[in-house]
Amino acid sequence: MRAPEATSTVDFAPRAIARLPPASPRQRGSVTWERRLLGWHSLLCYLFLYVPILILILYSFNRSKQTAGWDGFTLDWYGRLFANDLILRAVKNSLIVAVSATIFATIIGTMVALALARRSFRGKGATQSALYLPIIIPEIVIGAALVTFFGVIELRLSLWTVVLAHIAFCISYVAIVVRARLAGFDRSLEEAASDLGAGPLDTFRRVTLPIILPGIIAGALLVFTISIDDYVVSSFVAGVGATTLPIQIYSMLKVGVTPEVNAVSTLLLLLTVVLIAIAQRLQQDPTPSLSKGARKK
Amino acid sequence: MPEETPRRGWASYPLVLPTWVVLGFFFVLPLVIMLIISFGQRGTYGGLKAIEDLGAYVTSGDFLANYKRSIEPLYLSIYWRSLWMAVVTTVLCLAISYPMAYYIAVIAPAKWKNLLLGLVVIPFWTSFLIRTYAWMLILRTEGLANSLLQWSGLIDQPLNLLYTDFSVMIGLVYGELPFMILPLYASLEKLDLKLLEAGNDLGANSPQTFFRVTVPLTMPGIVAGVILVFIPSIGQFVISDLLGGAKSILVGNLIQNQFAVARNKPFGSAIAFELTAVVLMLLFAYAMYTKKKGQEVLL
Amino acid sequence: MNPSEPPSASDLSVDIQRVSKRFGDFIAVDDVSLTVRRGEFFSLLGPSGCGKTTLLRMIGGFELPTAGTIRVEGADVTDVPVHKRPINMVFQHYALFPHLSVAENISFGFRYKNFPPAEYEQRIAEAVGLVRLDGFEHRSPAQLSGGQRQRVALARALALKPKVLLLDEPLGALDQKLRKEVQVELKSLQRKLGITFIFVTHDQEEALTMSDRIAVMNAGRVEQMDSAAQVFEYPQTEFVAQFMGASNFFQATVRGIAEGFLSLAMPDGDTFSVPNPGGLELGEGVRFVVRPEKLDLRSRDLSKSGVPCMPVTIEDRVYQGISTVWMVKAKSGERFVIYEQNEKQFEERGKFAEGGTAYLCWSPRHTVLMRGETDDGAHA
Repeated sequence: MRAPEATSTVDFAPRAIARLPPASPRQRGSVTWERRLLGWHSLLCYLFLYVPILILILYSFNRSKQTAGWDGFTLDWYGRLFANDLILRAVKNSLIVAVSATIFATIIGTMVALALARRSFRGKGATQSALYLPIIIPEIVIGAALVTFFGVIELRLSLWTVVLAHIAFCISYVAIVVRARLAGFDRSLEEAASDLGAGPLDTFRRVTLPIILPGIIAGALLVFTISIDDYVVSSFVAGVGATTLPIQIYSMLKVGVTPEVNAVSTLLLLLTVVLIAIAQRLQQDPTPSLSKGARKK
Repeated sequence: MPEETPRRGWASYPLVLPTWVVLGFFFVLPLVIMLIISFGQRGTYGGLKAIEDLGAYVTSGDFLANYKRSIEPLYLSIYWRSLWMAVVTTVLCLAISYPMAYYIAVIAPAKWKNLLLGLVVIPFWTSFLIRTYAWMLILRTEGLANSLLQWSGLIDQPLNLLYTDFSVMIGLVYGELPFMILPLYASLEKLDLKLLEAGNDLGANSPQTFFRVTVPLTMPGIVAGVILVFIPSIGQFVISDLLGGAKSILVGNLIQNQFAVARNKPFGSAIAFELTAVVLMLLFAYAMYTKKKGQEVLL
Repeated sequence: MNPSEPPSASDLSVDIQRVSKRFGDFIAVDDVSLTVRRGEFFSLLGPSGCGKTTLLRMIGGFELPTAGTIRVEGADVTDVPVHKRPINMVFQHYALFPHLSVAENISFGFRYKNFPPAEYEQRIAEAVGLVRLDGFEHRSPAQLSGGQRQRVALARALALKPKVLLLDEPLGALDQKLRKEVQVELKSLQRKLGITFIFVTHDQEEALTMSDRIAVMNAGRVEQMDSAAQVFEYPQTEFVAQFMGASNFFQATVRGIAEGFLSLAMPDGDTFSVPNPGGLELGEGVRFVVRPEKLDLRSRDLSKSGVPCMPVTIEDRVYQGISTVWMVKAKSGERFVIYEQNEKQFEERGKFAEGGTAYLCWSPRHTVLMRGETDDGAHA
């Protein structure tokens, strides 16, 4: 299970926080030591969460190759990265996969989200359940099933099998994100558009789409990072020469710790965080439908 | 005014058709094929052994051979370890997360909540692989942990921290922690503090209030968190591969092994299916729980 | 009690015939027929859930009727999709497009009317001027107040020069003072433009202020459709009477029928005469209503002069500045409410105090006889 559960939870958290009743006056004295204890505990937990990442980032600048000691600041490892053919090729592969998978998954996922949110049709319930499968089923099972499938239909493993696999499990994430966006969508806007003369296609193009676009982009960014970061499924279905970045990193890790891994990991880390931060921003509905605001009476 | 009826009509189908095709072909079908294969036998070169007579095969002992083999003691010990690890991970996560979620939800000033929550989420946006690797850096013999311990004089020789059950456990807890914190936070945040005050008012001291009021009220969050942590934990593969040694093989590694190394797809499929079955049963139980309690599903 | 003249066919803007709408088992609109004249300000009035909004939405095309036909300006639009009807709607919560500016909102539908692009600017200016929002063209809806948004919604609809304008409780979100101002503005705008307005509201005062004719709806049916004054002064069913604030109900028996007049006997035997609406027999019991402002308190019993009077005790008296509200109780235990305008000349006033007795009297012509149960449909 990955990102979106938390994404959607965090998404409602700010709104939830805004609804919090004002804190009732606390009793002083006996409660303070408990609060302090909890505060320290939380601090330690935050450290626990962040220290490994920070160490990784730190070590990517460490001149020393093997020991834990700090030998001096260097950008050598980053330099070496760009000269490392294997890594560069893996990056290229990852980008090809991520871009292709994102485009297709976003389009297909948006379409199905629209259908689920707006229309009833035969097989709706089954479709909804099927969309949960990629999220529920353990990644190894997905990977194993896919490689078996490709074997049975005699499709040679390649970069494109990776793309297909990624599209398959990314659709669900896009569908969830876009659906959430559609749920808050004010239907009277579409009615107003029809009322003013716009047919169904024009209504979608001029009203619905612009308003849900931030949600669609957020979904796209989400699956882009999921695709870039994916190891397990990719490792099963990638063919020879179709090494993606996580696979490359993994094989380097098995051999031993190399500083170049630190460097490429740091870069990947930063990329992911930036992309998701943007996605979160987009999901936070900057122009909530005004009519909905009035409806709160 | 009655709810708007969703529009019916044939126009829905083009919208869902691509999804049906993709999910059907690249998800449902592979799973079905995997199920079928799990009843087969490994061929000489790693493929499938051809079956002459289907009828005879089904009634022969070979049909369920993989499943029978999967419950041999060797494998049972692996399942047991996976289960055990998942349980311990879940318990540890719960113990660590609850105070933290409580702090953020109940004690922290309102203007910081967003930030604190965001800080919890950021690490887990990043690649699982990379975060696990970070622990390799820390726990290896020349790594930070050993260096600190030696430098502070607590030990003379570097400890063998990596490639043990211990390192796998740390990796698991580390990876799953946000999944426990968030549902707990969601539940705690909804908690009406007046209820706690009422508890105090009625004579319960703090620990009693906690166990008799807070915990039951946040049960949905606890259950959701447990599910969100337990299920990925039993299917874990990367962490045990990187941080665990040959002794720490889990179900995930077993499956991967069968497919990549032993090239016994049928057997691997059988195990994969058993794992999936367990996951689905747990989720089903969760669905029943939420329906019975009439409580909102936090997932 | 006088139905308005039925309009001729060429006058009709909207003609609704036997329209019903079901949602599963729930009947939202039950066999309703009514007509709206061109250039008229017509209101659908009723409590929540009475079906008025559903009916409006069917006229607009947002819901399809389960039965019946709808004609607009003579053309059958029952099956015509929303975007093709020559009707525009002002939505309850305005439905302004948040991603477009005021000017872009207003000009949204221009291309579907094939207005030449060269005219856009002028048309936008015209619409903006109509609602007095000059200078606001480039603002986004988020930057506007509730009242301003409402005007943009109005401008947007009117800019397309519709034949009929539908308004779905558009003043609901405005505060009291603003509401009154906008009511007056809307009425004068409608008069000026001459467009047929169909207005939905649950506020009877609002409907009375603005409408030429009102259809009062209850549980999916039209209980009465008449000019505003008629509905107010002469409610025909108990529901309409109560909704319009005439909650003083009396019982009487028909004692005599003579040319054009009925002789009604009150329980205490006194009789008085009212015009004969027809359909009543000797000895039949009738229920009637008298509006609170039409009731009087007198110190003497005027029954002998043919003025219906009833002895009552005064329970309460509430001074409200412009008026005084009296609550009285009859011997039978029934209670009645009287609104009295506080004029200096009303010499009787000082004589009545709480706990005292008086005679409740009214002019016979203010007697409004109730019809039995609710009618099917309504006369035009």
